[in-house]
Parts: sequence; C-alpha cells; structure tokens
Amino acid sequence: MQNTITIFKRELKSFFDSPMAYVFLIVFALLNGWFFTTTFFLYGQSDLRTLFNIVPLVYLFFIPGVTMGLISREKGLGTIEIISTLPIEDRDIVLGKYLSAVALIGIALLSTLLHFITLSTFGNSIDYGAVFTGYLGLILVGSVYASIGVFSSAVTDNQVISFIIGIAIIFVFWLFDKVLIFMPDFLAGTIQYLSVEFHLSNISRGVIDTRNIIYFGSVIGFFLFLTTRLVESRRWS
Amino acid sequence: MIKVENLSKNYGTVEAVKSISFELNGGQVVGFLGANGAGKSTTLKIMTGYISPSSGNVYYGDRNIQDDTSDIQKDIGYLPELNPLYSEMIVHDYLQFISEIRGIPSSDFKNAFQRVVEECSLNAVAHRTIGNCSKGYKQRIGLAAAMIHDPKILILDEPVTGLDPNQIVEIRQLIKKLGKEKIVLMSSHILQEIQATVDRIIIINEGSIVADGSSDELLNDSAKGKAQLKMEVNNADENDIRDMKATIPSIDITDIVKNDSSIEINLEFLSNSDPRVDIFNYAVSKKWIIIEMVASKQNLEDIFRKLTGKGNLS
Repeated sequence: MQNTITIFKRELKSFFDSPMAYVFLIVFALLNGWFFTTTFFLYGQSDLRTLFNIVPLVYLFFIPGVTMGLISREKGLGTIEIISTLPIEDRDIVLGKYLSAVALIGIALLSTLLHFITLSTFGNSIDYGAVFTGYLGLILVGSVYASIGVFSSAVTDNQVISFIIGIAIIFVFWLFDKVLIFMPDFLAGTIQYLSVEFHLSNISRGVIDTRNIIYFGSVIGFFLFLTTRLVESRRWS
Repeated sequence: MIKVENLSKNYGTVEAVKSISFELNGGQVVGFLGANGAGKSTTLKIMTGYISPSSGNVYYGDRNIQDDTSDIQKDIGYLPELNPLYSEMIVHDYLQFISEIRGIPSSDFKNAFQRVVEECSLNAVAHRTIGNCSKGYKQRIGLAAAMIHDPKILILDEPVTGLDPNQIVEIRQLIKKLGKEKIVLMSSHILQEIQATVDRIIIINEGSIVADGSSDELLNDSAKGKAQLKMEVNNADENDIRDMKATIPSIDITDIVKNDSSIEINLEFLSNSDPRVDIFNYAVSKKWIIIEMVASKQNLEDIFRKLTGKGNLS
C-alpha cells in the first residue's frame, strides 16, 4: 500500500508540475460553467440536473486527456524499466496511477461547487440528497472512465493513440443507453445493464442501489485487472 | 552468489540469448562485453526481473528471479542502458521517490542522499530539474538512483556512456571501490573501459558466451603460447622469405604483404623462444634492409575481433 501511495503522490505532483493539469482544470470548469449557466436562469429550477447531465459528456474528452500519458509515457520514455525493476508490484503501479487520475477528477469536480453555491444562494426547496447522490454518481462515472483511460494508456506507448482508444471505449459505454431502441428484446436488458448512463441515472435520482455500486466496482476492477496484465505482458514480449 | 543457468530469450523467431550460463561472486567487478545486439542488455534485463527468459533460470543464492522478483529486486541496483529518467522531477525529489519505493525510512534518506550525491559528484545539480542537467549529470543521477539503497548487487548497463574523460576516471574508481564488497556486473562496448575497470570479462557474441576469464587469461588463452613478430624489409626476394622457415624452424610465416617499396612479413613463434637474432642474421646473409622489426602482443581488441568476427564494436 505504501508503494501505491508513493506512485500516487508522484503522479499527482507530475500533473501539477506541468501546465497540463491547469489547462484541463480550466477548460473543464469553463465548459461546465457555460453549459450550466446558459440554462440555469432560463428554466428557473433549483437543481443541478443540467450539470449532472453535462459533466459525463465533458468527461468523454477530459478523462482520456488526463489518463493518456499515465502508462504510455512511461513506455515511450523507457522509465517503465526503472519502476518495473524497483521492488514494487505491477498492480501497485497501476493502482497508484489510477488513483492519481481519480484525484484529479475529484479536484476538477470541486470547481463545479461554485454552481452549487449559486444554487444555494438563489434557489429554494433544494433537494440536498439528490445533489449529494448526483455528485457521488459523477465521481463513480469518473472513476469508471479513469479505469478505461488507464487501460488505454497501457495498450500503447503513443499518448495520442491512447487518447483516441480511451475516447472510443468510453463512447461505447456511453452509447449503450442510446442504442437500446435498436436492440432486440433478448439483448436489451444486458445492454442496458452495461450502460453507464443507466446506472448513473439511478444514482442521480437519489437512489443508491447496491446493483449500481457493484456495476461501477466491477467495471473499474475489470479494467484495472486488464491494465495490470498489460503492464506485466512486457515480461513475455 | 548469482547463478545464470542455461538462459535463453527469443523475440519471435530471433534468438537474442542462446542458453548462456555463468556465475558471479562477491568482491569482483565483472564486465559484460559484446557488440550491439549481442544479447548483453537482454541478459541484464532478465537478471533484474524486467523481462522473463524463454527458458533457463537466474538464481540469487537459492532464490529464483522468476519466483521472488520483488524480494530479489530489493538487493539489486540497476542502471538501464538508455538511463531513462523523469525529466520534470528535481534530482532530490527523484532520489527520494526511488528511496521511498526502496523502503528507506525517511529518517535515513538524508544520509543516503548525501552519500550518493558525494559519490556521484551531484552537489551542483542536487536541487535542479533533471531535464535541465547535462548528459553526464543525467548518467550520474541514474547511477545515484541505482546506489541509493546501498545494494549488494549492482547491474550497470553502459555506465560511462556520455561522461567526459575526467568523469569516466571518477566513475571507474567508484565502480572498482564498490566491487570490493559487492557483486558488480557492468556491460560496455568500450574495450578500454572494460579492461581498465573489471576483474573478469565475459564476452558475448550473437547470444552466446564466447569467452570468460580475466584479461590476462583471455590474452594467454587466445595466444595459445605463441608470440607474433612483424618486420618490414627492403631488397628482399619472396622465395628467400619463404625459405627462412627452413633455416629457422621455430618460426611460422603467417603473412607476406607486398607494399610499393617494401615487404611486410608477419611471423609467429613459440613465446618461450626468441628467434630475432637468427632472423637478423638471415636477413644480413640475404642482404635485406630491415626497416622495422617489432614483436607484437595481442590486445583485447584483437581477441574480441577474433572471437566475434567483427571489426568494430559500436
């Protein structure tokens, strides 16, 4: 666990040692702010539903951008040889890097608290429970997308290719819910269960169901497992 | 003790390492010598647990690197060939990062940091960003990272690449000092470097070990008790040169090269005899003009060329 924390700290510091983290955070805040404020005063509703709908879309590009270099850069620069020959398990490397991406997503989400403050100031009869579960849903979806992003980063040593693979896989997960009407009945249930949107919408409504939590946990575990196997595969190349 | 046993590594259909075996003991610096692509780095990568062999084993005492990778890696300090570093990190922070993963308590880090900074002469750049350091400093940062935990085993892939002559001498002295108490295995394609630094040389060619011994042992083995003599003469007839063997039976004429105005003769003779007086007298009897007569010794480069069939190492 100590090694995971060491990797986590290094990665998080590395994000902020380069302009990348600042650029991503600013763009994330501006995009969400623009989408939120343009409709907030228009509808006159005291909720953050607009924000909770728009953030997963922004995630589609934001998260692969954050995660694209986590492992591919190590492969490209050769520093993977340094950390892989230190007394540290590959799963600790993967987990430390993954958690740093989740932490950056959490920091990015903090910027949206400004909208919550605006809502609290100007709105009335606010459903604080729905706001809480809405944020929980965003963190869970962000965590799922980060696991996909880390996996994409382990597939190649090219950051651009990793970014594109990340977007493609996340897009498929996002799309499941949209293509349900085209699916035959026997497949619809499975496709719906695989959809991130389906589970997010349950949580955003204020319902915290174990099935949703198990889904998010399973997808994260699945992609982190695959990532660890990919990192280990260098031994057999 | 490290025991490498029938180690092989295939990349697809290419056999990078072909069933090599050797043993390493403490208190000696061993040089791994070979041309590019000979299999040196692949062997070192397997020994450090970075990649797995296709077959064979590497034992550290009774532990196998395949089974106890992390445990064995605690005892190894490794400098990879291309010395990859996190260029955005400060030297101090990088060494702290490595030491944390190495399990060095934070209270001991200061001393460990001071030691490697001193040994690798990093004082001037200790708080500088790695990306802004010169190639020589980067090489020494990599070396410092390999030594921060004072390992029992040091595996250094081309450790003096990028260093200037003064730095090479410093690092050579450091490696020699470390070799007195640790197992040090270093690879290099610079023959002079290997000859000046190591106690034992392992020459690898096309994935196989072709020689293993001290510098003197390799020279003696290769010479097979024979010495060479090279002479350049004027006014000589080629038939007279060939007849010299009949007059002086202890010599073998290995080569005759005709130049524009002279003839170069290469001879071999048993190193426990000295036929130079007889050769001189024969030359006088045939009225040759001796321009040069010099006994030549084989050096490591000749042996390397002979063993690998290659003219250059890089």
